[in-house]
Amino acid sequence: MQTGYVLLATIAIPALTALALVLVPSRYPNVVRGLSLASGFALFGLSLYAFFAYQLADGDQFQFQLRWDWVENVGMLGEDGITLHLGIDGIGATMVLLNGVVTFAGTIISCKIEHRNKDFFVLFMLLVAGVFGVFVSLDLFFWFFFYELAVLPMYLLIGVWGASSVFPTFVRTKEYGAMKLTLYLVGASALIFVGIFAVFVEADLGTFDLPTLWAHAEAGGFDPNFQKIVFPLFLIGCGVLAGLWPFHTWSPDGHVAAPTAVSMLHAGVLMKLGAFGIIRLGMQLLPEGAEFWMPMLITLGTINVIYGAISAMAQSDFKYMVGYSSVSHMGYVLMGLATLDPVGVDGAVLQMFSHGVMTALMFAMVGALYDQAHVREMSIFGGLSQRMPRWAAFFAIAGLTSIGLPGLSGFVAEFNVFLGVFRTYPALGALGVLGAAITAVYILRMLAVAFFGPQNDRWADLKEMTRLEMAAGALLIAFIVFLGVFPSPFVDRISDSVLLIPGVQ
Amino acid sequence: MPADLSLDYSLLTPEFCLAGLAAIIVALDLFVPDFRKEWLAYVTAAGLLGVLGLSFGWLDVDKDFAGLLFIDKYTLFFRVFFVATAAAVVLMSAQFVQERLRHPGEYYGLIVLSTIGAIYMAASRELLSAYISLELLSFSLYVLVSYAKLDARSNEGGMKYMLLGAFSSALFLYGLSLIYGSAGSTFYDDIAASYANGTESFDLGLLMGLVLVLAGLGFKVAAVPFHMWTPDAYEGAPLPITAYLSATSKAAGFALLLRLFSGAFMPVLDDWQWMLAALAAITMVLGNLVALQQHNIKRLLAYSSIGQVGYMLMALAALSSTTASALLFHMSGYVITNLAAFACIIAWYNLTGKEEIAGFRGMAERAPLLAASLTAALFSLSGMPLFAGFFTKFILFQAVASEGFLWLAVIAVVMSFVSLYYYLIVIKELYISEPEEPGRLAVPSLVSALTVVLVAAVFWVGIYPRHLYEAAEEATRLLFA
Repeated sequence: MQTGYVLLATIAIPALTALALVLVPSRYPNVVRGLSLASGFALFGLSLYAFFAYQLADGDQFQFQLRWDWVENVGMLGEDGITLHLGIDGIGATMVLLNGVVTFAGTIISCKIEHRNKDFFVLFMLLVAGVFGVFVSLDLFFWFFFYELAVLPMYLLIGVWGASSVFPTFVRTKEYGAMKLTLYLVGASALIFVGIFAVFVEADLGTFDLPTLWAHAEAGGFDPNFQKIVFPLFLIGCGVLAGLWPFHTWSPDGHVAAPTAVSMLHAGVLMKLGAFGIIRLGMQLLPEGAEFWMPMLITLGTINVIYGAISAMAQSDFKYMVGYSSVSHMGYVLMGLATLDPVGVDGAVLQMFSHGVMTALMFAMVGALYDQAHVREMSIFGGLSQRMPRWAAFFAIAGLTSIGLPGLSGFVAEFNVFLGVFRTYPALGALGVLGAAITAVYILRMLAVAFFGPQNDRWADLKEMTRLEMAAGALLIAFIVFLGVFPSPFVDRISDSVLLIPGVQ
Repeated sequence: MPADLSLDYSLLTPEFCLAGLAAIIVALDLFVPDFRKEWLAYVTAAGLLGVLGLSFGWLDVDKDFAGLLFIDKYTLFFRVFFVATAAAVVLMSAQFVQERLRHPGEYYGLIVLSTIGAIYMAASRELLSAYISLELLSFSLYVLVSYAKLDARSNEGGMKYMLLGAFSSALFLYGLSLIYGSAGSTFYDDIAASYANGTESFDLGLLMGLVLVLAGLGFKVAAVPFHMWTPDAYEGAPLPITAYLSATSKAAGFALLLRLFSGAFMPVLDDWQWMLAALAAITMVLGNLVALQQHNIKRLLAYSSIGQVGYMLMALAALSSTTASALLFHMSGYVITNLAAFACIIAWYNLTGKEEIAGFRGMAERAPLLAASLTAALFSLSGMPLFAGFFTKFILFQAVASEGFLWLAVIAVVMSFVSLYYYLIVIKELYISEPEEPGRLAVPSLVSALTVVLVAAVFWVGIYPRHLYEAAEEATRLLFA
């Protein structure tokens, strides 16, 4: 059997589920749930398989390859043209696993959606298909196809199932959040679009096949000046989705307005598409451009860390705090990538995984509270750990992960990032550590204000989170602990592939 | 002049059949009082589908009729394209015409006749034949736009369209006469040959002729600054005719432009390339920016179609065999998408009588199939993946960039991003706003079926368009021979 079908299945299963759901009459919400859960579980299983079946010993950088001709020998397309070319390296394998885990958890959480649940799952599955597609595609056309596909359903997912935020002096409506997020991301992808045109014309190979283009780049096929001009297109285009400062403002607004599962998937996985794009299109395709621009990226990444953390500290709303903490933590990813140091880039990819499961857990827990209380103001809660002890424990684990407590995933990831940054830009490394300290401030303050302290009788009838939420949370925690105590399966896969990225040494 | 005048009438059989069909439809309406009028649409559609099948009888032919009309792959492509479009529009019209218009016979007859004009615009390789075909299409459309006799907007739109159309025809004709004066022939091949051998460095007649031809045809395809009639004609015309305008009339204009510029004017590329590039740039920018302001769906789609014209003009500016095939590819995807959008809009109008964007509130609750299909069509127009628009725009923009017009492609990408905003505003009404009245609406099954077919085609072009793109490539291969 050709193993590439595993990767094809990760795209085909959600896409076919979406199609099947369209045909299910909307008066059977439980059929919709069952089908989605089955598909979420299958995706989880497939992603586990892809991750563990990835052969460390194989010299081949990309495994599970599958290649189908799509359109060739027409117009400007040459012999290879556009191909459906799939394959993963260690970085891709880690990301596929992340998406499998978060998707399954998100599907479980979404079972509580009652309003037009069929439409929700159709769009949700399209989103999932797009994300898997980006992680496994080795063709520039399809890479971008799936990248846009992952943005496509967001407007409706937020606009229909989201929630507006009411502040004392103003209201951030869900329509606002949805529109802002969509326009930012599509606007940024316009830059990627232009970058792709430029690369295709410059390479003049008549193909969008990424390995071919990478080989062309390694053979010095792209002029250094060309690389310096085009690299920022990819850096900013993908960077916006990764929450790059100063283009990060869509992220808190969008993620707060989104329904729980969508926030989980979007902050947990979609933001990683941006960082993944910087690796695939930026560093691998235009290595000299990357070298030239990386000092700027590490500066912006450091601002991300500090600015995001300070903003998170200023929030009184649970979900906005989590939203800004995502911006801050994505800063570590950007810093790690910008070091071009093997340890730093390893750390960035580990942080992509770690932040993905951690932030998904946080959003799941915020959602569990909000669905009961319908407010998210931290200061009006108190003593939640007595009302909802398990919920509080889960949330606290997520919080401690984001601080970087040893034994949890955040420690492994941030440690590697800091090591890489100290080896290359020691001063910025110190600032990065400062960001981690600020994280501790806002997380511990949240624990003190809302979780412990005197109970507020207004919340006497809050119940423990549901079984479904507990299942989803436990799944995510399992992976937080897995990476925290036994990181070697991840590190082995990632570090071999990172060393093959040109310019990383 | 071609050496031998071959008058092989059999080459024109499909068009004779179309003319016959038009006559039968009109006669049925006039002389057979017992005939049920609501069947006229289906008879027309069946006839058109018959001709569609017949067209494939000239699959591998490459012959000409007296050097005027060429029946080759290019013509075949547009024969199929226009006849299929007409069939779709006729089916969309059925309920609308029955409920709101009088004299259905002439209505369907004129659609069929205009199709002949459109096909010959693609087939002509001689200036006057091209002009006459253009007028056959235009005259049918003038009548059709003002077909809602008792509606002041329809009369106004029709009047504007006719006056400006006549004016633009005059410009076009004057331009043709100047080119004839400069090149000494009306046959495309002879014109090209005369310029290829010419040594003159500056030819004022040619330059003026090109300007006038572009202005005249610019009116027909609604390029800025010749687009003023478009929003009014689109708004005033009966809804199915708006769909027809946005599909056939535009595509036929481009069919003519492509044949003319690739066939006759390639040797003087430098004289007109900058004009088309400038037209393309302002058309894209203005069409998309003005669309942001619209409240009526017909006007919105009018301006969005102007934006689309800009993308297509871009391909003409960067004219080569690469962009020509990309142009046909994109145009097919655009027309299919637009027909899908209009099928939904017409069905909604039949059910509720609303054509303001605000009147689409809560369509997702009341008519989920229409809302989903319209959303798919709008996402496709804005160039989102899974749908036709992404693939065709990707290919078109890449082709233009590959021909050295990266700056035009950049404008196109940015404007394509702008367009997403106004499509999202419509989608917001469909899905997020609450409906004005509760309750499902019953969409006729034929309409549902047509919508599903069109949306399926949108997905097909958006996911696996190899065959369409190859057909476009084959159609344009010989244009540059």
